[in-house]
Order: sequence, then C-alpha cells, then structure tokens
Amino acid sequence: MAMKQNIPRTQPRKSATFDDYTLSEIRRAAVTGIYDIRGGGAKRKLPGLDDLLFLGASMSRYPLEGYRESCGTDVVLGTRFAKNPIRLKIPITIAGMSFGSLSAQAKEALGRGATIAGTSTTTGDGGMTHEERGQSEILVYQYLPSRYGMNPDDLRKADAIEVVVGQGAKPGGGGMLLGQKISDRVAEMRNLPKGIDQRSACRHPDWTGPDDLEIKINELREITDWEKPIYIKIGGARPYYDTALSVKAGADVIVIDGMQGGTAATQEVFIEHVGQPTLACIRPAVKALQDLGMHRKVQLIVSGGIRNGADVAKALALGADAVSIGSAALVALGDNDPELEEEYQKLGTTAGAYDDWHEGQDPAGISTQDPELANRLDPILAGRRLANFLKVITLEAQTVTRACGKSHVLNLEPEDLVALTVESAAMAQVPLAGTDWIPGKK
Amino acid sequence: MNSVLHDLELSRNKSYRIDNPMGQHAIACGLDAQMQVQIEGHVGFYCGGMNQQAEIMIKGHAGVGVAENMMSGMVHVSGNASESAGATAHGGLLVIEGDASSRCGISMKGVDIVVGGSVGHMSAFMAQSGNLVICGDAGDALGDSIYEAILYVRGEVASLGADCIEKEMRAEHMLKLKEILEISSLKADPTEFRRYGSARTLYNFDIDNADAY
Repeated sequence: MAMKQNIPRTQPRKSATFDDYTLSEIRRAAVTGIYDIRGGGAKRKLPGLDDLLFLGASMSRYPLEGYRESCGTDVVLGTRFAKNPIRLKIPITIAGMSFGSLSAQAKEALGRGATIAGTSTTTGDGGMTHEERGQSEILVYQYLPSRYGMNPDDLRKADAIEVVVGQGAKPGGGGMLLGQKISDRVAEMRNLPKGIDQRSACRHPDWTGPDDLEIKINELREITDWEKPIYIKIGGARPYYDTALSVKAGADVIVIDGMQGGTAATQEVFIEHVGQPTLACIRPAVKALQDLGMHRKVQLIVSGGIRNGADVAKALALGADAVSIGSAALVALGDNDPELEEEYQKLGTTAGAYDDWHEGQDPAGISTQDPELANRLDPILAGRRLANFLKVITLEAQTVTRACGKSHVLNLEPEDLVALTVESAAMAQVPLAGTDWIPGKK
Repeated sequence: MNSVLHDLELSRNKSYRIDNPMGQHAIACGLDAQMQVQIEGHVGFYCGGMNQQAEIMIKGHAGVGVAENMMSGMVHVSGNASESAGATAHGGLLVIEGDASSRCGISMKGVDIVVGGSVGHMSAFMAQSGNLVICGDAGDALGDSIYEAILYVRGEVASLGADCIEKEMRAEHMLKLKEILEISSLKADPTEFRRYGSARTLYNFDIDNADAY
C-alpha cells in the first residue's frame, strides 16, 4: 500500500547515448539540412601518447647531465634518392596548411617561426604564396589532388615535394573550401570564380594506386632534376600497408597523419569516425619500414595531435624520425586565445572550442580571408611566438632524452617506454606499466 | 635526356629529335624554354608534363597524363592518348589526332585541348577553365561537376555528368572554336559542333541537390 507522504522524485537522468551534444546535433541538422562541417581534428577521447610514460634512467641506465651534456636534435630528411636532402635543426616540422584556409599573414608567420627554429614549413591546397616562400628557409610544396595553384616554377622553388594521398582527419576524403573564404586572390590562385565552393578532389587526377604513383614520382623527380626529396603523406588508415606501398612507390620520406590531425574544413562525421589514432599508426608504419630494411633510410614523420616535447619524444622513441605539428602551431600563433573570448561568444562558441574555421570569421585573423580580421595577426610577433613554442618543445624532448641516457633524440627507443593502459600497450607495442606484458606478444 | 632539355644554355631555341622512345615515362617533361622536340614513336606516362613554352610533337601514341599540368606551349600527339590527357593543364594547346581515353581534360585549368577522335567517360570532370574540343563522340558523364570550362562536341554524347548542360552556341563561341581548330591544324567545320558547360547549380552547397553529388 502506498504511503501517504511526499513521494521522492527520481533524479532527472540524461541519456549517455543521447547526450547533450548529440541532441544539439540532431536539432541543428533538422533545422539546417546540412551535416556539420568544422575545422580541427578528432575531439573525442582517444588512446594517445599521454598513455605512455618514459622510464628514465636508473641503476641500469646512465642519464646525461641537463644543460651540460649535449643532446642532438638535428634530422636529415630525404636521404634515399634526392640530391639535396633536407637538414633540420629540430625534429619538428610545420604541417601543410593552405593559403585560403589560412590568411597570408598566418602563412607568413608559420614561415617566420619555422625559419627561426631551424625547421621546415609546408604549403597546402591552393599553391605557394610569395609571403610563405619568402619567409620560409625550408619549404615543402604539397602536390595535392586538386592541383590548385600547382605550377612547375613553384615546384622548382620548393625544397621538397609532398605528394598528399590523404590526411588523418579524413583518410579517403577530399575537401571543400566554402565560398565565403574565396577572396579575389584565392580565386585567382585556384583558377576559379570568386565566391563559389571549391572542391578538393579525394583522388589524384592522373594516377591510381602505387604502381602509377611510382611513375608520377619519377616524373616529379625528372622535372626537378632529382634534386628534391619527395614525401608521401598518408592518412592513418592502414599504416603498415600504406607505408610499405609508399616505399615501393619511391618515397624519400613518409608522413603519417593520425585522426587527431587537423583539417580546415571537413564533415564532423568524417573527423570523428574515420581513421585511426596517431598512437595506433606509428608502430605499424615503423614495422613496415623495418620489414623492408628501410627504417631510417626512408624517414618517417608522424603527425596528428602532437602538442608538447613529451609527444615529440614518444613519437621518436616509437621509431619516427620527426614529427609535424599543425593545430599546436596555430595555437602558438594565437588561435583560440582566451583574450578573444568576447568575440568567440559572439560567434556562439568559446575560446578553446572555436572550430568553424571554414566560415572565415576567425577573430584571431588566422583562418580567415577577411582583410580586416587577417590584419589583426602580426606575422612577425606571431612568428616569434611559434619559434618560442618550437624551442620549448624541443627543449622538453631533449630533457626527456637526457633522462633516458641518450645523446640524440633519435636514440630514443621503445624500450624507454611503458604504457598506462592495455590499449596503448597493444598499440605502441610497449609493456603495460609494472609488467613485462605486451599485448599480442607471446 | 631531360636534364639536357632543362639546360637552357643548351636547349633554348633548339630542335631535338628523340628516336626509339620505347614507351618510356616522363619524356620531355618540365621543359621551360622555346624549343621543338619531336619524338619518333610511342611514349609512356606524363610525356610533356608541366610543359612551358616548348613545342612537343609525339609521332605515335601517348600514355597516361600526356601534357599534364601544362602551362604553355604545345603538345601534339599524332596517335591516340591514354587516360587523363591534359589533366589539370593551365595553358597551352594539346592536340590529339586520334582518340583520347577516359578523363581527358580532368580538372583542366585553362588549357585548350583538341581531340580529333572521341573521348572516354568522365572527360572534363571538374574542368575549371579552358576549352575542350571533341571532333568525335564523348563517353558517359561528360563534364561532370564542371566549373567554367567550355566543351565543344561534334559527335554524340553518351551522357552528361552532374551539372553539365548543353548551351547556346553563340557567335563568340563559333569564333573561338574556329580559332582553336585552325591553330590545331585539325580539319573540322565549327558549325557542326554543340557547346556544353556548367549549369552552375552545384557552385554552392545545397542539401536539396544531395542526389547530384
């Protein structure tokens, strides 16, 4: 029999399946009739480099003295076929980001920062700008399916060529630069009318598969008289086979980009649901190189969510030759700065979450073609901030490396690492902390 | 061989003949000076790739991507061309006396292409600008997702791709077509051609056009 008293109400309970974000996305889609497009990389929680720890020196390892004993950071990329390999002071490069998605000021700042730090920057879809070439001592020229802005003069001006097969945010996907970002200059560089959406194809127009790519790379080498290293950039989908096939196709350098890697504009469903986390891509790629006897002969660059010196050191310890940063570099320039919170609020977002880069309204002046907004970014100051950031994360990587008793960051090895979770132990193929167990190994 | 052709002190304003090309790839690619190169035989992939200024005559058939990304000058194929002829080319003139396979003029960005015979499916896919003249027939999905390129076809079109429509052949188009045909030295009557181009309905994303994507 029910008791006559106030019946306690059950606490309102929100669904874990239909959480607030999911509900808002359903409502947004119902009103707009279009899927969500945004910039950046995967935002969901993923197994990552934070799940690994360095062991450091102990009784059986002898550390190097910080600030006193040298710890090298230089890297040479493109030693396989190119007459002029790339020589970097630090193992951290700037990833490809297009003029069009970024302002000319942002591209210039990336070039300035990278040059001060002694590393390379990379063009993107849309071609090479004079600001970028002028301020980048070492510039990698991307060769993309759209071939927007592609021309042999710029090809010859480049220090290396990166054939883009895919990227981590959208392996198997093309791109779209929406009409609102197509200024007169962007339109002219891409041979298209102003204001229309510009599609970037997902496949190259004149080759299909690794056999053809080998011939294409041969053509690029012939055009540039075998001087320049040729990179192949692949999205983190099937890292073992994609790496092996890239070697077969003749790559000097392979760039593998995990799903935390950013994009200027891609469907949310693509960013969050296609591809593999960066951590899961590194060891299979390294194993492919080792199986072919090409580890350290064909260099491996890892990208996708690299944020600090620990990430750099961990990627190198797992077998990479260098890493590449994109999103972190934009933050160093001033992207998502809390000082702009008022303006982010007006755009319906908040500092740290702003990702509508395709709309061209970036208050930081980075992912925009609006002249007024773009002029907010001082390329000299922003370049300096990037250089500082690059130097800090290099120092961090050196600090960890010395603690592991290594005199060069490339001497780090998987044996320096343990994993905090079973998943990360399986992906990184290092022991679970406190055990000698590597999942999948007998 | 290419390094000799790239040496402007040696090659500028010179004429070269390449015998027995044996279908090799990347022949005469990346040239950047006024010169004549005559190739006596069939060539492989990417012959004349990224050409600037040079006149390249191929006396035979051409493999995939002949004159890809050409900027200026001329590439002339006396035989047939494989897939992606003139892909992404920005300028100059590509003449193919025979047939061209699929994706001829894919993503073309300003080049003029004249095909004496027919072209395969998906030709002029995402073609941005320039003129593609087809004296024979066109395969399926001609001009799919085309931007501002202009297509002239004398024969039958198997089917048009998304957003490609037949357009009125006005006097200025007739004049331009006549001019291109004359330069190409291929004989055809401009009045026998029809013109195709973009309906421009896919230029800005619209969810109600989703079935066209």
